Amino acid sequence: MCMRIKDHVIMGSDTATATVKITVDGKTIMAIEGEPILAALLSENIMVNRYTVKLKEPRGLFCGIGQCTDCAMIVNGKPNVRTCITPVEEGMIIQTQHGNGMEEGGGTHA
Amino acid sequence: MLNREVVIAGAGPAGLAAAIEAAKAGAQVLVVDLNIKPGGQLFKQIHKFFGSSAHRSGIRGMDIGTQMLAEAEKYGVEIWINSAVIGLYSDKIVSIERGLENGEKELVNIQAKKVILATGASENVVRFKGWTLPGIMGAGAAQTMINVNRVKPGKKVVMLGSGNVGLIVSYQLMQAGCDVVALVEAAPKIGGYGVHASKIRRAGVPIYTSHTIIEARGTDRVSEVTIAELDSKWQPIPGTEKVLECDVVTLAAGLKPISDLVRLHDLDLTFNAVFGGWVPKHNRDMESTQSGIYVAGDTTGVEEANTALEEGRLSGVAAAEALGYLTAEQAKELKDDIWERLDGLRMGPFGEKRMFAKNDILADFPACVK
Repeated sequence: MCMRIKDHVIMGSDTATATVKITVDGKTIMAIEGEPILAALLSENIMVNRYTVKLKEPRGLFCGIGQCTDCAMIVNGKPNVRTCITPVEEGMIIQTQHGNGMEEGGGTHA
Repeated sequence: MLNREVVIAGAGPAGLAAAIEAAKAGAQVLVVDLNIKPGGQLFKQIHKFFGSSAHRSGIRGMDIGTQMLAEAEKYGVEIWINSAVIGLYSDKIVSIERGLENGEKELVNIQAKKVILATGASENVVRFKGWTLPGIMGAGAAQTMINVNRVKPGKKVVMLGSGNVGLIVSYQLMQAGCDVVALVEAAPKIGGYGVHASKIRRAGVPIYTSHTIIEARGTDRVSEVTIAELDSKWQPIPGTEKVLECDVVTLAAGLKPISDLVRLHDLDLTFNAVFGGWVPKHNRDMESTQSGIYVAGDTTGVEEANTALEEGRLSGVAAAEALGYLTAEQAKELKDDIWERLDGLRMGPFGEKRMFAKNDILADFPACVK
């Protein structure tokens, strides 16, 4: 399912093509160079980024500008990365974060 | 330690305008912003601005952003993105967590002569049962996704709040190809401009005034919300509940000034309900209660991009004057023009209360500055 906005009445057609390959919980998806990780996830309609420490409740995009940390995930093994302000890179490995991401099984592995 | 004449926190309309004015006058300027692109929220404003031509009305926010970045570059403004001002010490030493090309961060201390705080505002949240479910987000977050990242946060959206943000983002969600299921407003009437509300109405979106969201439900993502009518005491009326199916809920319940740095430096604050909360006291030069520290834009009270831009200019001119790059006469001429435009922006039924609120803040400025 692609959630990208191809044609827009004000902004015109989008000429950017997804050429960057990233892995999300073991699944490969294509991203546009320079876009935040979160945008690539949303393009595939992936909304959950992490589960909370105590109640293990799901969290996803909330502020979109790096303030709230609800979109934190494990990126290349590093937990608590704010995916809304971190650009994609070729070969990046993204994992849904469980808790603070530090304990065993903190990430959703492939 | 590095030295810069003017260090500005925030590269939105206020910070960039301040940088342009100060640099144009001859000052050496560094702007620090924590986002990966400068411009603040300007690049998500794909609609045309209001006001007279002096206020760049009829120009889309994103185009104003592009113009400002070009101007900043022309005058040699230095911009550090992906970098956050994390400390502000006595004698204007600014601590910055600077983002490096390789993704690492380094701590840099800079000795500034003048500091301008233009840190903007953050969205208010609304708490109802289930409000933390994924798919429920700030209206600004949805706007960033559709207009900057060109990706839809979902398909069926319920918008809570009918101020200008709620109205404009609803319309922009439709332009992006989302279905706006309903606009829900707790007050008995729409909060924003009629011209924006009419666009929503014409598109056939149901507007529920005197209603709010009671509960959101879903597994790992919102799938439906219950709304209910409110009585004159803002309490839900039993029996009026309606269930709306959706996969996104956007919250547009106003903004509040981001005042972390202001508090960190112990600047005098004052509470102002019109401006969205606690704001730093300042004078007509946008100088705070500490000499050489200026404040501008939504940090000093939530208004609009064009007022933020003019306040930024004021602070930039005042800083350049204090550094000796402008004579008192040159600065006065520039500042008088800016104030005339600001007064123009704070007129009419929507602007007037902001004019009164700003006057209250200016009147509250202590005669003897620290």
